[in-house]
Amino acid sequence: MPSATRYQPLGDSALNIPFGDQIDPEINQRVHAFADLIQHEPLNGIGECVPTYCSLLVHYDPLQLSYQEIIEWLKAKSEITNYQLPVPSSRLIEIPTRYDGEDLEFVTQHNHLSIEEVIRIHSETEYRVYMMGFTPGFAYMGKLDSKIVTPRLDSPRQLVKAGSVGIAGEQAGIYPIDSPGGWRLIGRTEVKLFDLDRDPPFLFAPNDRVKFVPV
Amino acid sequence: MPLEVLDASPLTTIQDLGRFGYQRFGVPASGAMDAFALRAANELVGNKQSEAGIEIGLSDASFVASDPCLIAVTGAGFELRVNDRPMNLWTTIYARKGWEIKILKTSEVLGAWAYLGIGGGVTVKEVLGSRSTYLRGRFGGFEGRALEAGDVIPIRESSLNIERAGRTLPQDKRPHYEEKMIEIILGPQDDHFAHETIQIFLSSEYEITPTSDRMGYRLHGSPLTHRGSPDIISDGLARGAIQIPANGQPILMMSDHATTGGYPKIAAVVSADIPIVAQRLFVGAGLAPAQRGQPQNRQPQGLPLRFRQTPIESAQERYRVMMMNLKRIVEPEENFYFS
Repeated sequence: MPSATRYQPLGDSALNIPFGDQIDPEINQRVHAFADLIQHEPLNGIGECVPTYCSLLVHYDPLQLSYQEIIEWLKAKSEITNYQLPVPSSRLIEIPTRYDGEDLEFVTQHNHLSIEEVIRIHSETEYRVYMMGFTPGFAYMGKLDSKIVTPRLDSPRQLVKAGSVGIAGEQAGIYPIDSPGGWRLIGRTEVKLFDLDRDPPFLFAPNDRVKFVPV
Repeated sequence: MPLEVLDASPLTTIQDLGRFGYQRFGVPASGAMDAFALRAANELVGNKQSEAGIEIGLSDASFVASDPCLIAVTGAGFELRVNDRPMNLWTTIYARKGWEIKILKTSEVLGAWAYLGIGGGVTVKEVLGSRSTYLRGRFGGFEGRALEAGDVIPIRESSLNIERAGRTLPQDKRPHYEEKMIEIILGPQDDHFAHETIQIFLSSEYEITPTSDRMGYRLHGSPLTHRGSPDIISDGLARGAIQIPANGQPILMMSDHATTGGYPKIAAVVSADIPIVAQRLFVGAGLAPAQRGQPQNRQPQGLPLRFRQTPIESAQERYRVMMMNLKRIVEPEENFYFS
């Protein structure tokens, strides 16, 4: 089991548990594995877990659990070495994508590649959902192949339409709703990432695998 | 027994204690800015503390009930008039059918949020397990938006225990809203700041600027410089967390805060002090009706905030004591008059 080296209080009702200090698939896997272990048989008073790139935030109720109690329990959990993640450990989600984004040209020039090559490289990679945040249903995916890594815009657009497929640095993502945004837009999808009339409402979950399929 | 909205401030929304279990999908917890006040309003009218009520923000709102009911208004900086008579806050009131319930923002110095609890509780449809409104996401509460004149709010039918009228939560059992010192726990990224900078943070006065809202309070005071980069790899956020972006001015996470963020967090406000911080007036906001029409340079001066470190164990103990106070409602005094 992943060694969580430190337990950092975030106020008196949440704990931040760092597993590393860079965006890295193995570090991120440890975050998800520990979140899974905690939620498998949670102690009374443990609330939700929020996995992020290299740390896990655990919310708890200080009326039921003291700081000492939760630390002791987490330490004991982190010593468990034979926990098997439930199978399947992650789903593969395919996203039909039309590669006609406003910044596709920029991405080709920045990386000295043709449009076909950028599309091929982007769509051949299998991404992981490292974490979700920013807005309901927004998945931070990685890692982008180094051949097409492109920095984000200097200043964000006022409006990025829902369904826009974008890249920023080593990350890939899709905007779930109309919002301002600073990512480089390379395509569009009709798929709805967040739909309250659907069950479940979220298309993605942390640790899912994703592939973009050119249409 | 529906409740009709006669008038509502733009920040009047339906809230319960929050939407939990979906933060890992990017859904903020939302919920009442001053959760203690909402819990108290519910206790006073005989509801479970977790029932949905109406949060009234920064200026006036008024309602009328279509049947007799028990109500209670809690919070800070507001006054209550029922059927045109002044009534106490933090007190159970019996309202007859057709009586106008007016919640008026009167203090220029303190308070931002009032809570209307109604016997039975608000019963709008739940979204993702909660009746709280997430304004930015446009879901939850009343059609995902602030209340407007003419809205009809569903209330659960419940027996009217009229003997509850006049009960009150005594002043000394409520949060000390005028308290200037706010307790914090340092971290998790306090190591991103030099020792001297942390001392500046713990000795400065901060005011809440007008660009604040239900997502976060943007503070203004002595800027805090970072040791290294002003960015971190995005990690989890919680209510009360204090981020320091590149410009050095703190942002305090409130009910609708984003679930993750990429600025270092120097500290987080303890649970017991979130209601107090929530009720700090924004500079320039919440002008009482009497002040409208006066020259624009007359800005209300709210109480500033100052931060003090505290051990987690004391913070949690204070929170337990505060929550137990919710059960210390007392019977009306003999001369309490209502009709």
